[in-house]
Amino acid sequence: MTLLDIRDLKVAYGRRTVVHGVSFTVGPGEVVAVVGESGSGKTTTANAVLGLHPASSGQILLNGADIRGWSQKRLQAIRGAQIGLVPQDPSNSLNPVMRIGNQIAETLRIHKRGDKAARRRRVIELLTRVGLDDPERRAGQYPHELSGGMRQRVLIAAAIALRPSLIIADEPTSALDVTVQRRILDLIDDLRQEYGTAVLLVTHDLGVAADRSDRLVVMKDGLVEERGDTRTILAAPSAAYTRQLFRDAPALNARNFRPLDERAEPAIVVRDLVKDFGAFRAVDGVSFEVRRGGTHALVGESGSGKTTTARIVTRFTEADSGEVVIGAPVGPRDFRRKVQLVYQNPYGSLDPRQPVGTIVAEPLRNFGLGDRAARRTRVRELLERVALPEALLERRPRELSGGQRQRVAIARALAVEPEVVVLDEAVSALDVTVQARILELLEELQRDLGLTYLFISHDLAVVRQISHTVSVMNKGRIVESGTTQQIFDSPQDDYTRELLAAVPEPVR
Amino acid sequence: MRWARWAAWAVVGLVVLWAVVPWLFTGYDPLAGVPAEKLQGPSGAHWFGTDAVGRDLFARVVHGSVNSLSGAFVAVAVGLVLGTLLGLVAGSAGGVLDEAVMRVMDVLLSVPGLLLALTVIILLGPGTVNVAVAVGAGSVAAFARLTRAEVVRVRRADYVEAAFGSGGTFARVLWRHVLPNSLGPVVALAALQFGVAILAISTLGFLGYGAEPPTPEWGLLISEGRNYLATSWWLTTLPGAVVVAVVLAAGRISKEIR
Repeated sequence: MTLLDIRDLKVAYGRRTVVHGVSFTVGPGEVVAVVGESGSGKTTTANAVLGLHPASSGQILLNGADIRGWSQKRLQAIRGAQIGLVPQDPSNSLNPVMRIGNQIAETLRIHKRGDKAARRRRVIELLTRVGLDDPERRAGQYPHELSGGMRQRVLIAAAIALRPSLIIADEPTSALDVTVQRRILDLIDDLRQEYGTAVLLVTHDLGVAADRSDRLVVMKDGLVEERGDTRTILAAPSAAYTRQLFRDAPALNARNFRPLDERAEPAIVVRDLVKDFGAFRAVDGVSFEVRRGGTHALVGESGSGKTTTARIVTRFTEADSGEVVIGAPVGPRDFRRKVQLVYQNPYGSLDPRQPVGTIVAEPLRNFGLGDRAARRTRVRELLERVALPEALLERRPRELSGGQRQRVAIARALAVEPEVVVLDEAVSALDVTVQARILELLEELQRDLGLTYLFISHDLAVVRQISHTVSVMNKGRIVESGTTQQIFDSPQDDYTRELLAAVPEPVR
Repeated sequence: MRWARWAAWAVVGLVVLWAVVPWLFTGYDPLAGVPAEKLQGPSGAHWFGTDAVGRDLFARVVHGSVNSLSGAFVAVAVGLVLGTLLGLVAGSAGGVLDEAVMRVMDVLLSVPGLLLALTVIILLGPGTVNVAVAVGAGSVAAFARLTRAEVVRVRRADYVEAAFGSGGTFARVLWRHVLPNSLGPVVALAALQFGVAILAISTLGFLGYGAEPPTPEWGLLISEGRNYLATSWWLTTLPGAVVVAVVLAAGRISKEIR
């Protein structure tokens, strides 16, 4: 018998239907991954199962009983007890003014399990089970005293407190560093085996879905494109969309390493950079070289100092000591013509009040390059270069998709014909198919314009695809440097190995 | 709440028309009275009734709108221009300048608005323009604080750094990116302050610091009607209702802008 059987589920926000008849099942003890890009309706579907957002039609059969349309009061008896939820963002999902222990005990209290002492014992048991050190002390702490990974463990503890038969995990690891991500997923796996809990895993990360699920549900635009056994789908996807998704996912495709041009002279030389923020040393003696026309990746987790290094290279932050040499020395304003930065978040890096044409023309105007007519021609050229239609000239950023915005940001960076472009997590916020197109664009631009890239990323699969050389950063230091092939094929440092272990099989 | 939006714009539009073309709305002279018709209640002939010297109250309200509105306009302009400028400088320069400007603003904020306005009037002397400037001076701090908060927020945005990265100079980035993106809430506050200024100017008029009698001004009208409150309610109530309607409309419009 199936545990959860969703039949022809439709969900709407106001008049807009976003889930158009979705059906799938989850068997006991099974991990079913719902994958899709943003706006595919995967989270909405998960919320509808819990009754957090009302479904407009269809059936949600939990152990054979249709729970769709149940009152909130009736659903309360199910939530926590039969279905547990592990929410997406651990930093927002805990009450900041409530002790950890009390938050976990809340589930037990609502469902009237045991007296105060028994609940307390159970909380300690749960904290121990999810692998938090010193659980007695943790129970008395507040969320801000815990790291992201620890918070996610607390949320998992709360979700499994009543041993539900199903856990809905909505992007449980998306906000976490890769090494932490792996440990959290391992924990969910262990718990599943121990308690026989089924998991509905909602994720945009195909690597995670491929690695961790028994069955896959691929969603697009509120419809199921494909569903079935994970291994079967991975081996032979039948839907065209699934094929494209798999082709575009860097985590599922091991391409050839990009060969390094050994003869090229270095375009960027970084020597012994040090940067302190108060007592905290963010960058600790970082040195590397990037060859002209090549891509060098700085890889690391949050807090590794990679973004600070990028900001020092682009002169948005000053180093306490050390030097960055990019060609002949120039003044601060001319420096901007040589080095450009593309930001992670294309939603934040474009002025919301200016049309695309004005945004792309800004560097030209700032440096007084050409008259009005010449600038207009150049802007059209640049838009064509990044494959954006001319019709977008008058649009404002909010009318563009994420991928289009990032193309605009790239066009702006290229306007002054820089030698070096620093890309700070420039593709991290994009969906896989969009990300793949941007990566292709970056490669093409590099080939045609001879650009040198410094590519900052936490995503090793992307790095493997785009970069010639890699430096791995940890706690402000470079722990290992080499060609991409050396790093991936024969990592020397333990930390590099740990990072690589978190990458899905095909790419490793 | 669509009707509320229309009503708000209709009220403001009507009052502006009163100020611009008062003769279209009333045939009576706001200054010359007919003693025989004194203290008549509202009727078809005199919509708002007449006052103690037989002047048509509606005519006085209509003709008075120009004084009250232009006063409020000047007050908001003073507050908006000075406050935005100070806030922009403080927010973008930071450091000692920021501290210095904002602490002065804190002092201004700690004095009740009316008291501050009265102090300025005592310095400048009474009169319509002086009252407006005084009320405006009282709102400088509010504008400065809001503008500074917005500027500080916008300055941290990626697109501002990107603008510097595109070779923009400090002044140019401030003018092209920081200021336009900071102004939204400030404009909303200006609309709200417009209502508040009308109220403050009417209050000062009521206290006798504004326009000199017999010039019609809303606050003054209410003040003059005070002596007849027991017998002729319309002298205070109807001009008061007009002030309330305009202030509420300004508040509503401000909410919409935000």
